[in-house]
Amino acid sequence: MVVGSVAAIGAGLAAIGAGIGIGQIGKGAVEGIARQPEAANDIRANMIVAAAFVEAVALFAVVVALLGNG
Amino acid sequence: MGKNFKSLLVAAFSLGMMFFYNSSKAQDSVHHATEEHGKAEGGHATEGKFDVTKTILEHIKDDHSWHLWGHTSLPLPVILYSDKGFEVFSSSNLVDAHHEPAAYQGNYLYKTVEGKMKVVNADGSIDEAATKKVWDFSITKNVASLLFTVALLLIIFLSVANAYKRHGVKSAPKGFQSFMEPLILFVRDDIAKPNIGHKYAKYMPFLLTVFFLIWINNILGLVPFFPGGANVSGNIAFTMTLAVFTFILVNINGNKDYWKHIFWMPGMPVAMKIFLAPIELLGVFTKPISLMIRLFANITAGHILVLSLICLIFIFKSVFAATIAVPFAIFISLIELLVAFLQAFIFTMLAAMYIGMAIEEHHHHDDHEPHYHEPDVA
Repeated sequence: MVVGSVAAIGAGLAAIGAGIGIGQIGKGAVEGIARQPEAANDIRANMIVAAAFVEAVALFAVVVALLGNG
Repeated sequence: MGKNFKSLLVAAFSLGMMFFYNSSKAQDSVHHATEEHGKAEGGHATEGKFDVTKTILEHIKDDHSWHLWGHTSLPLPVILYSDKGFEVFSSSNLVDAHHEPAAYQGNYLYKTVEGKMKVVNADGSIDEAATKKVWDFSITKNVASLLFTVALLLIIFLSVANAYKRHGVKSAPKGFQSFMEPLILFVRDDIAKPNIGHKYAKYMPFLLTVFFLIWINNILGLVPFFPGGANVSGNIAFTMTLAVFTFILVNINGNKDYWKHIFWMPGMPVAMKIFLAPIELLGVFTKPISLMIRLFANITAGHILVLSLICLIFIFKSVFAATIAVPFAIFISLIELLVAFLQAFIFTMLAAMYIGMAIEEHHHHDDHEPHYHEPDVA
């Protein structure tokens, strides 16, 4: 029998969402840099900021999962 | 070139050693926790059940004493206020010879239960009614670490400021000055100016303070031994204080346009204006709340990640698990160095962005073209 908490499933779902989101950001950034290599620095900075936003949402879910567990 | 490469190698090696030390340190304390837990389980010694969640939470939360090494801890002052007045005593009174929490007779009979100060009865049960009367103003590990950070920041910035006073701002920076100058210019040119605009100078003190306070606390949180090791920026009270200050600064400086965009969005039909007002008003509060949770969650998650990798060794009960767990923990620690900077940068940049949105002057409302409001960044 599998034992676990629903919170863990929630955290997993959030990780899937964040994975898709960060993947999209990476795709967009690489495409942008390939089109316009001279803008690479600006694109990279914006990519990191956008990735941090997506990551933060996943971490909100981790916190909720942690609280739900305790 | 050769010399540069060599010094780079030395730096990389020392950094690596530092994190090895981190890992071995964590192992020690985990081992210690296992022993303790084993005892609590009823004398199963070290082979007792290992509770990962409990061990990790024990390591990331605040404490009344500062763990140094092995069984040695630095006792910190406990300051309590109750209906019988203030009292101050050392936290070493709260543990017995076996490092287990013990009761201490002050104005009430005190005992720490899971790190929280509680009033207990003579038989050891918690007296909830009396606990509510006691206010805990103790210098805990986080507070002590924060005071240390403040001292560190004062030393760094006063010495740099004095150097500018002596040599003037026009001459080339010397020594430590040349390390700090690019960082300060980074905050000014890449964070304040693009987000706030020409009125940036007024907000620079706040942005610089927030940036360096968060960064230095993040880095000290990664240092595993004494002056570091407290999880300050992974404490929600700390991040809440910073977020509340941002909230106050944004709303005090908000101009007419800012409030108009919240309560009576220009360029929209009346029905839409009424519909948008509560959403925009909610946005005023969700912005600082997201600032608070983002920093807290990122730093706490980083600490949990490193600790759970080290805990793998004790889950598998094998030293061979360390060959995988330790390199992974080092890898994550190095990523956390990047995250430490990134989170300080993001917090400061978002604060600057919110300030910029609040003081922005809109000149294009006079023409009657439909105006599209940029989506809020949560």
